[in-house]
Amino acid sequence: MFASFGVLPMDVILGVVVFWLALGTAGLVLQNSRFITRIIFPLGALGSLVLAGAALAGLNEVSTAILPLGLPDLPFHLRMDALSAFFLLLLGSASIGISLFSAGYFHGMPKSALGPLCLEYHIFLAGMALVFLADDAYLFMVAWESMALSSYFLVTTDHDHPEVRRAGFLYLLIAHVGAIAILMCFGVMHGGHGGHGGYTFDAMRHGQLPAFWASVTFFLALFGFGAKAGILPLHAWLPEAHPAAPSPVSAMMSGIMLKTAIYGILRVTFDLLDVQLWWWGVFALALGLLTALFGVIFAAVQSDMKRLLAFSSIENIGFILTGIGLTIIFHDSHKEALAALALTATLYHALNHAFMKGLLFLGTGSILHATGERHLGKLGGLIRRMPELALLMLVGALALAGLPPLNGFVSEWLLLQAFLLSPGLPQPYVNMLVPIAAAALALAAALAGYVMVKFYGVIFLGQPRDSSLAEVHDAGLWERIGMLCMAVGCIALGVFPSFVILHLDFVTEMLVHHSLSASAAKTGWLLLTPIEAERASYGPLVLLLIIVGGSLLTAFAVKKFYHGRVRRGPAWDCGFPAQTARMQDTAEGFGQPIRQIFEWYMGVVRQVPAPFDRHPHFHSETHDLLWNIFYAPAKRMNDAAGKLMGKLQHGRIHIYLLYSFVTLLALLAFVR
Amino acid sequence: MSYPSLLLQLAQNALVLLIAPLLLGWTSQCRAWMQNRSGAGVLQPYRNLNKLFHKDAVLAVNASALFRATPYILLACMWLAAALVPVLATGLPLSPAVDVIALVGIFALARVFISLAAMDIGTAFGSLGARREMLVGFLAEPALLMVLFTASTISGSTSLITIVETLAHKPFVLYPSMVFAAVAFIMVMLAENARIPVDNPATHLELTMIHEAMVLEYSARHLALVEWAGALKLLAYTTICIALFVPWGIAETGNWGALPLAVAALALKLAGAGAGLALLETLSAKMRIFRVPEFMGTAFLLAVLGLLTHFLLETAA
Repeated sequence: MFASFGVLPMDVILGVVVFWLALGTAGLVLQNSRFITRIIFPLGALGSLVLAGAALAGLNEVSTAILPLGLPDLPFHLRMDALSAFFLLLLGSASIGISLFSAGYFHGMPKSALGPLCLEYHIFLAGMALVFLADDAYLFMVAWESMALSSYFLVTTDHDHPEVRRAGFLYLLIAHVGAIAILMCFGVMHGGHGGHGGYTFDAMRHGQLPAFWASVTFFLALFGFGAKAGILPLHAWLPEAHPAAPSPVSAMMSGIMLKTAIYGILRVTFDLLDVQLWWWGVFALALGLLTALFGVIFAAVQSDMKRLLAFSSIENIGFILTGIGLTIIFHDSHKEALAALALTATLYHALNHAFMKGLLFLGTGSILHATGERHLGKLGGLIRRMPELALLMLVGALALAGLPPLNGFVSEWLLLQAFLLSPGLPQPYVNMLVPIAAAALALAAALAGYVMVKFYGVIFLGQPRDSSLAEVHDAGLWERIGMLCMAVGCIALGVFPSFVILHLDFVTEMLVHHSLSASAAKTGWLLLTPIEAERASYGPLVLLLIIVGGSLLTAFAVKKFYHGRVRRGPAWDCGFPAQTARMQDTAEGFGQPIRQIFEWYMGVVRQVPAPFDRHPHFHSETHDLLWNIFYAPAKRMNDAAGKLMGKLQHGRIHIYLLYSFVTLLALLAFVR
Repeated sequence: MSYPSLLLQLAQNALVLLIAPLLLGWTSQCRAWMQNRSGAGVLQPYRNLNKLFHKDAVLAVNASALFRATPYILLACMWLAAALVPVLATGLPLSPAVDVIALVGIFALARVFISLAAMDIGTAFGSLGARREMLVGFLAEPALLMVLFTASTISGSTSLITIVETLAHKPFVLYPSMVFAAVAFIMVMLAENARIPVDNPATHLELTMIHEAMVLEYSARHLALVEWAGALKLLAYTTICIALFVPWGIAETGNWGALPLAVAALALKLAGAGAGLALLETLSAKMRIFRVPEFMGTAFLLAVLGLLTHFLLETAA
């Protein structure tokens, strides 16, 4: 498409990056809130659309460039291959809806806050695009840091609240612990051979690392990128930062930024390292499953809607990591077709998650705007006041619950197929692990349904739990258009999986040297057949048509043969006379069975009234045990070290002079 | 896709829709006989449905569109599920579109919709029922998936047709994994169809009901559709049970001569399954709701054990 104009897709993408930066600067300089929301954000969405188109066109080609920027003698290297293009496609297509939504969402914001926000927002977008394009460690870290810093400022938009500042700090801290690990990971790969231009990825690709150093690199990458993705036990910032950030920012962070970490893991493991050892895969698989189960169990007991979604993001990252682990295992066992299948499932889920989680986070923004309430216990019955939002959110909730015929199911289906095909691995213990892993995956997937029924049911269904909900208004036009883009993405990715897989093939071909297209093409586009038609097939369009057709046929037949008369009356409820909104399940009530079953794994603090209490008060809180295990000791150690250092400081000049003198003596004695 | 197979699919669609209430009636009748009652006859479910369809529907004042649409979606899901399971012959043209994982997905879709509908009115019982249903479901769904995985790994396919053809062709060998799977499947089937010991379809006792609590607000044609969908679900589970564990007698693709025999075999098997279900229900008592997670957990563990057994003992040969 672009080649006919003599323009490379990568040039177009760089153009969009510059365009975004210019838009952000224009917003900062002009500081006109109408101009920013009505012109700049929609233009940003247009940039996203162009970026997605260019990435789609660039999936099957490799182009490189060297930018004469950066430090002297250290130019920026750029490269766009199938892996970059796929993640750029994810970034572009998912951010269209988010930018359009932002045009409506930030409308009422004071312009003094809106100008900087506009700049940070577009730097965030440009930073993510550059992360995907970077072909050397230097540009990668620069892009990575501008992404992390701009998102930190976005998270702390409402910095008047102390808990927002605290959340932002936690995010910044974990992001930087991760960044150090990433830098060390590049350092190990660089150290493998030395020489000129060693900081480029191309040099790292040719560095032959021994197995030990390759393993060190892999685990450093897993740790560093895991901090960004929210892999256990580095997840602690996610449930704090997502509720603190404005909703479009949460959508962008959860939907897209977490995927930059997935991109990093894939880039280092399959592209930069030339060996992959199966036990890395086992480790990643186990860690992924733990993360998924942890995320979904904690999501089920949350009562803040954005915290709930944040824990659900942890679950989905766990899913993706499981897929990566499975890919490594298969790849090392030379089962290339299965590795391609597992990798396809992984990438597909990353794409799906961007759309469905983006949609739900955007929806929470509209709810927050309309009601000013994040706590599930104060919402309810919104389907009657916000019917269009409710319909869009239903799509997102069903997709995230992994139900056919929407998109969440497709990637789940592909991953389960990969598990099912695993018998015959050379390592007997891994072979045994696979059914247990499949069971854990199925359990997490089923629990996701529980979480989504809670999320949707408590917010949108039932009676309003607060009298102020009676006069809320539906989401604005821009907001609904933005969410519609995401919902259409969810449906299209769910119903036409064969088209998507056709494009994912370029990535699997590049990373594991095999693709699914040969088998998929045989049965046409209607059916998804990743291996062979006899083994497994899935036709979501047929399924959708039958369910819709069956429902309509039934409705028509009932009216035709009987009647369609209907009366309205008060709810029956087994004849109980008094029915108040307080008699419905609260968020805590709906999550109670899960808390009961998994109480052992969480820190539950409960205050139960005594039998003769005059003013009985029941209170229950769920804490993250991992915080106590990992973070609290680290904090204590840090505090103790700080106190120790504090003892050295007295504020008296002669003591400091003494320190200098002693240091000088010690150095002299040491160096001689 | 040939015309005869299309005809077969349409015939199966009509057949499952029509005989589903009969299986329910037969099970109730068997239960009545075992409990020394005379029973209402096997045709009672049809009379109930007819009566409900004739009535005027009463909706709660605040019922939303979701509440009204759910019975139709539920029926469509269960109809599709029941129509997919090869009961008479294996050459069903719809079957490539939906394999066993998607089948579990369809059950989950129906479960999510009925739970959401139950929460829509905002009554105490509705959300209670929805919570309990999802509690049972989140353990039953992976257990069911594991049972189906065991059968899939034995036959090397997740397509129900291929599974049934492979299992029916094998000489009678007792797979230890399938024994575990069968026990787990029956436990899941009892829970998912709201039967004793997990739930009791015959009472409206507040403290114990699950399914009935969810459909309390439905009346007339909506209730009829929900009940019909329930009957279809029972039929779907029963036929899956037959297809996985006693597949013999089914007509293979294109073998039209075997069809009469297949019909007779199916009738016999369904009658046996209905009587067996009634026997199980008569012999056991309803358990406390707090015990249900343990019951479902056991089913899940048995199913995983079945799959592990297959991986450990049966793939080596």
